[in-house]
Amino acid sequence: MKIFAPFQKKKDSNISTEIFSASRRDFLKVGGLLTGGLVLGVSFFSCNEKGKKIISIAPNVYLQIGSDGVVTIVAHRSEMGQGIRTSLPLIVADELGADWKNVRIIQAVGDEKKYGNQNTDGSFSIRQFYKPMREAGAVARLLLIRAAAQRWQVPAEECDTENGKVLHRNSGKKLDFGELVEAAKSLPVPAITEIKLKDNSQFNLIGKETPIVDLHDIVTGKAVFGIDAATEGMKIAVIKRCPVIGGAVKSFDDTKARAIPGVIKVIAIKGPGLPATLRKPLSGVAVIADNTWAAIKARDLLEVEWDLGPNATYDSAQQIEELKQEVTKNGTIRRKRGNFQAAKAAAKKVIDHTYVAPYLAHATLEPPTALAVVKNDSCEIWACTQNPQGAREAVAEALGFQVDKVRVNITLLGGAFGRKSKPDFIVEAALLAKESGLPVKVQWTREDDIHFDYFHALSVQRVVATIDNENKLSGWEHHIAYPSISATEDAAVLQPSDGELGLGATDFPYDVPNINVTTHDAKAHLRIGWLRSVRNIPQAFAVATMLDEVAEARGVDPVANALELLGEDRNITFNEELVKTTYQNYGEDIANYPWETARMKEVIRRVAKESGWGKSMPKGSALGFAAHRSFLTYVACVVEVQVDANNKITIPNVYYAVDCGLAVNVDRIKSQFEGGAQFSASLALKSRITVKNGQVEQNNFDGYQIIRMPESPGQIHVHIVESAAKPTGIGEPPVPPFTPALCNAIYQATGKRIYTLPIDLAT
Amino acid sequence: MAKYSIQVNGKKHEVDVLEDMPLLWVLRDIIGLKGTKFGCGKALCGACTVHLNDDAIRSCSYPISAVGDAKITTIEGLSEEGDHPLQQAWEKFVVPQCGYCQTGQIMNAAALLKKNAHPSAQEIEQAMQGNLCRCGTYNRIKAAITAAAK
Repeated sequence: MKIFAPFQKKKDSNISTEIFSASRRDFLKVGGLLTGGLVLGVSFFSCNEKGKKIISIAPNVYLQIGSDGVVTIVAHRSEMGQGIRTSLPLIVADELGADWKNVRIIQAVGDEKKYGNQNTDGSFSIRQFYKPMREAGAVARLLLIRAAAQRWQVPAEECDTENGKVLHRNSGKKLDFGELVEAAKSLPVPAITEIKLKDNSQFNLIGKETPIVDLHDIVTGKAVFGIDAATEGMKIAVIKRCPVIGGAVKSFDDTKARAIPGVIKVIAIKGPGLPATLRKPLSGVAVIADNTWAAIKARDLLEVEWDLGPNATYDSAQQIEELKQEVTKNGTIRRKRGNFQAAKAAAKKVIDHTYVAPYLAHATLEPPTALAVVKNDSCEIWACTQNPQGAREAVAEALGFQVDKVRVNITLLGGAFGRKSKPDFIVEAALLAKESGLPVKVQWTREDDIHFDYFHALSVQRVVATIDNENKLSGWEHHIAYPSISATEDAAVLQPSDGELGLGATDFPYDVPNINVTTHDAKAHLRIGWLRSVRNIPQAFAVATMLDEVAEARGVDPVANALELLGEDRNITFNEELVKTTYQNYGEDIANYPWETARMKEVIRRVAKESGWGKSMPKGSALGFAAHRSFLTYVACVVEVQVDANNKITIPNVYYAVDCGLAVNVDRIKSQFEGGAQFSASLALKSRITVKNGQVEQNNFDGYQIIRMPESPGQIHVHIVESAAKPTGIGEPPVPPFTPALCNAIYQATGKRIYTLPIDLAT
Repeated sequence: MAKYSIQVNGKKHEVDVLEDMPLLWVLRDIIGLKGTKFGCGKALCGACTVHLNDDAIRSCSYPISAVGDAKITTIEGLSEEGDHPLQQAWEKFVVPQCGYCQTGQIMNAAALLKKNAHPSAQEIEQAMQGNLCRCGTYNRIKAAITAAAK
């Protein structure tokens, strides 16, 4: 069975894994770059705006220091709102001792050999690049110190850097970085073994709040997103795609479309059929026009006859009903501990519920868009991509070009959430640019985006919990059925991958003596992808709402219940109980990032304290609790809800406690949690994709709703546990626990348990 | 196709476009003002918000033929130096995450403050409900508007 790609360790050169892996090998290679000598000691000339000649040194691929004192730091990961264009460079700058006001950020092109892995998903960036960024800064710091020490004829050990200067502690002498560039140019770049990293107490930027570097450009409309990319002679393409996944264009009539002034060409795109793949465009007909409006209008006038293919009868409501039956049967056991059946037979009480969650669309506010220019055997791309290296390879494959003949420039991403790690829309632009001989920007409309997303799969999960005569939770059986992401590449896949199950199902951490995690067949009929926190969403929903019911059945407070069930302080590996696999732990060695019950208990106790857990609440108001570790980050959440007589739900307060190891940019950690609560509130209360006759029924933000300001959660309180542990990501971990905490709060306020998302109190 | 003369950020522009071309695409594709964003094309998300005289409108659903002599203001024309009180407040509270919706949010808020210099929390929520933010920056938007209105 294929493993869910984002967490797969790279094994071969197959493009699907090339695109989505983030491996140890890459991590090590980045470290290697610092000693490996690719660009070591390179110096070069450029001119500033006033035409003054600037000499620069580049001690490694991530930074340059100019004789004007400007430190240029390369942002090699994609910015989609998580703040990484600020947070990784500030690590380099802090270790270097740069003056942050004199730091300039430039965005790298997609180049794995140079920068290591650039696929920005899986909450990887800080986790994987914290240390390489510090090393990059430390190498440059030592180089500048040596240049200054030589000039001053003092031992390097007596020198330090601060605010863009090297200083000699004993004499108080100072030199700007810029004044040392000429001297540093002729010195060997220090080896990684020679550097000494700063002590955490010396940080000036790490652990503080630093505003994002693009802030002023964003609020003045100058920030360049994918949609803003432009080049000389650029034309716009809008595509009519086959409404059913796996279908194809049979024939088309473009007479009416061509009558729209501004239309230049109409070109059919061949689709992959089934499987739809994670990288290829769908079958469709593209209109290329002088401007976006002409292209949209003409696209809508195309008359296309489709061969809809085998998915044309697919009905998502029917599949949910079928899966509800499926999860009552014996499935495939994926984790086994003890003897669940015996526990069930001996139980005093058995709680048995089925949890249903719908398809979700990413609905990034910037729809997919990409610009391609093809000249002879080379192609240049500008796109809002999370994965420039994957895009590069997919474009090269589609055009039959060498990978090094494809250049991918990364713009800002107007939201991504996993959608923009797929290069299908970029390949569309490349194919149309090659075929037409014109620079082409492909623009998806909102309807295109809602209809043809790589959807977060619908899910049916059944949890059976047993309570024994001693009032203990004696058994836990978790049945799971949803179309796997792997099925998008391999149609034969019918069950969740080990990677998907490791997102909150097989890594169930509670110390219950008898556990089964069991999977069932569910066929994929759409392109299935990953959405912010992925399968943690439905798995945390099922697990954490059932635990609330278990607490109630035991007559124990839900927070006390969770603390008790987590058991002794211990590190869990899960491996001995997993069937034919090991725990993937988000691609990290469990020895380096263990599942630590002590850290989870700490965030639970913290959130209980901060939220005033246990306090009495007015009628119609209540608190609900859930805790969940994902992407190696520990999160506990308490949601306060008010439900009025008309079932109107208001969320005045949300409390989070998080342990993400060492906090790098505190403001962006808070903002990700604020946004994560809103994101989860959308899926809990508003969002649902349904499919009839193989076609998505929602079209735009009227049918597919996301939360708006008046109904959005009010105060979101984020409490970061002080920690010196290795830093972990925060883009996704806020999402999973919010929804079950909200459902548990609603139960306390109304007496109604939630088993189906989005929440509908009227039914 | 038809010729129109429109006034954007105090400057006249002559354009020759399809009569039903939404103002959004005239601004972005013809005039080259790209701070105004495309989000839905159906006036459902507010990313394309600009001012028509003093009113906030959704430029994605406002045909060029309806603009007439009205003065259009986009994010590029909201302030000379990018220092409108709302832009300053947006920076103070570090409102944006991805930033894509924020120019529409700011333009919508600016129209609100023109009509109601001291809106209540509820008035802010009502006025801003047409502007979606998928990143979920609503609370900082509220804080920034409240601060700018003081």
